[in-house]
Amino acid sequence: MPILSYLRALNRALSDEMERDPAVCVFGEDIGVAVSNVTTGLLKKYGPDRVIDMPISEQAFTSVATGAAMAGARPVIEFQIPALLYLVFEQIANQAHKFSLMTGGQLHVPVTYLLPSSGSRTGWAGQHSDHPYSLFAHVGVKTVVPATPTDAYGLLLSAIRDDDPVILFAPAEAVPRREDIDFATLAPVPIGQARVHRAGTDVTVVAVGHLVHDALAVAEELAGTISVEVFDPRTLYPFDWDALAGSLERTGRLVVIDDSNRSCGIGGEILATAAEQMRLVVPPRRVTRPDGAVLPFARALDLAVQPSRAQLRAAVEAVAKAV
Amino acid sequence: MTDSAQLYRTVRLIRRFEQRAIELVRSGTIPGGIHPYLGQEAIAAGVCGALRADDIITSTHRGHGHVLAKGADPIRMLAELAGRETGLNRGRGGSMHAAEVGVGIYGANAIVGAAAAIATGAAWWHRQTGHDRVAVSFFGDGAVNQGVLLETLNLASLWRAPVLFVCENNGFATSMRVEDSTAGSITGRAEAFGIPAETVDGMDPELVLAATVRAVDRARAGQGPTFLECLTYRFDAHHTWEYLARPRYRSAEEVAAGSVRDPLQIQAERVDSDVRAGIDAEIEAILDQAVAFLADSPEPDPAGALDYLYAGRTRGRPGSL
Repeated sequence: MPILSYLRALNRALSDEMERDPAVCVFGEDIGVAVSNVTTGLLKKYGPDRVIDMPISEQAFTSVATGAAMAGARPVIEFQIPALLYLVFEQIANQAHKFSLMTGGQLHVPVTYLLPSSGSRTGWAGQHSDHPYSLFAHVGVKTVVPATPTDAYGLLLSAIRDDDPVILFAPAEAVPRREDIDFATLAPVPIGQARVHRAGTDVTVVAVGHLVHDALAVAEELAGTISVEVFDPRTLYPFDWDALAGSLERTGRLVVIDDSNRSCGIGGEILATAAEQMRLVVPPRRVTRPDGAVLPFARALDLAVQPSRAQLRAAVEAVAKAV
Repeated sequence: MTDSAQLYRTVRLIRRFEQRAIELVRSGTIPGGIHPYLGQEAIAAGVCGALRADDIITSTHRGHGHVLAKGADPIRMLAELAGRETGLNRGRGGSMHAAEVGVGIYGANAIVGAAAAIATGAAWWHRQTGHDRVAVSFFGDGAVNQGVLLETLNLASLWRAPVLFVCENNGFATSMRVEDSTAGSITGRAEAFGIPAETVDGMDPELVLAATVRAVDRARAGQGPTFLECLTYRFDAHHTWEYLARPRYRSAEEVAAGSVRDPLQIQAERVDSDVRAGIDAEIEAILDQAVAFLADSPEPDPAGALDYLYAGRTRGRPGSL
């Protein structure tokens, strides 16, 4: 079967949607030459009226997309660097996200924000390595973090077709992923629907984005002793709480691995909701970045701050043993 | 083409609407207060008088004038200020977010300078899709030092977008005087981006109209954006909160001097007194009807507090389970 890489999946989703719907256009910096390899070929195929290279004016072009969307466009904005989201938080959280409610449903803002390389790219240091998906889940922007190429394709399709703003984080550590698949099976993945990558009966591990692959590796390592269920929410907001409740009905034990800073990260919300409403037989745990972390430059320091497989394995073992 | 009587009607409607709204703020019917547009009516009337129904505007925290001049229903507008289900935004927006998309109002916006990029995006998309609609963004002198506005001027000029930037220079950003906030000149900012800029007497509706007609013609002809700086004066408070807080940033004498040239009087002198009397009576009847309408209108059901948050069926969880 043919190989689908993660970036090719994003590229294919963009191209397929641009082909299907003339209202879809792409904004971003250096997208004409496809610096991030996501927009490869799109300029040639769809022209400069639909693939619009932007000057370095993120705040303006983010709200230009909002205005265009109100007028009927379906813009996708590529942000090369996750920290640019801090610069445009006003434009997304306070403008695009609020118009539907504030206008009593008169205006909708179907814009997709695409982060083709979020989180640490070891060596990119303090201002290029954040993973701020929890901020968007907190304010209520639909937030998706695909772990695999097929989910990247399917969730980007759904994001573009959605009538609300949607933000898609493609974790840098997931981007090298490839899958052997039949391209004919590629399809939209509904926003708000989790995926169980591996069924298990002892401990549920909720893993976000690239950490799904770490969770699968740990589940395999522990296979002889602990049966681990690997739960990928895929969408962080709105979260598939029903599916998580179903998993915890079976296991009653929960570990979350989340590439957010610890305070107010999505991992805290998952633990809180499970504690309030779901079946837990022992206290849950989470593995995250430390509180208030800024990623340091040196490789050993960068890795020391990211959630690790070793930390996850220790947490799973502790939760499995707890009585 | 908008004639003198129509301009007078718009100015008068805004003036009386604002005066009635202030009464309703004082009586507690309108929660949260308002930013009165009193004194600046010529700008909304003149600019919107040059627009078609399918043209777009974005407005500001001081937005009632723009919204009324663009053709929003004053009855549902007043109901919106009072937070009623029958309001333009079903009571979800209020004074600072009033919108009526059907007549091209993409909302009043409470972040200074934020809406210019939204108007530019709408204008750009209209042109991409073969329409000759224009978009107008209103903002105050306080917005000209906001980064996103300056970025937007660059993009709009680069793309020759059919957009008008209308700066209402009333001399103050809340309490801060233009001369204390603004290096260089306001029109110089637009000119630096290659946007033709004109300073207009913002107290005279006919002069504002004429300048806007020229700008709209340029935009529809594909010649790109225009920047109008309309010189005006705010007769009343920045916000009705000032009635209680009484900040001292301008003297009563200064306000009296600034209010000598009154757009309502200027335009009234151009309209026959019997025509004027008919317009005045019609407006009072509309506003009486508006006050009665909001009194009869229900408050929104708290069960629907987050209705319209999303376009589709998405619902967040309640705050307490």
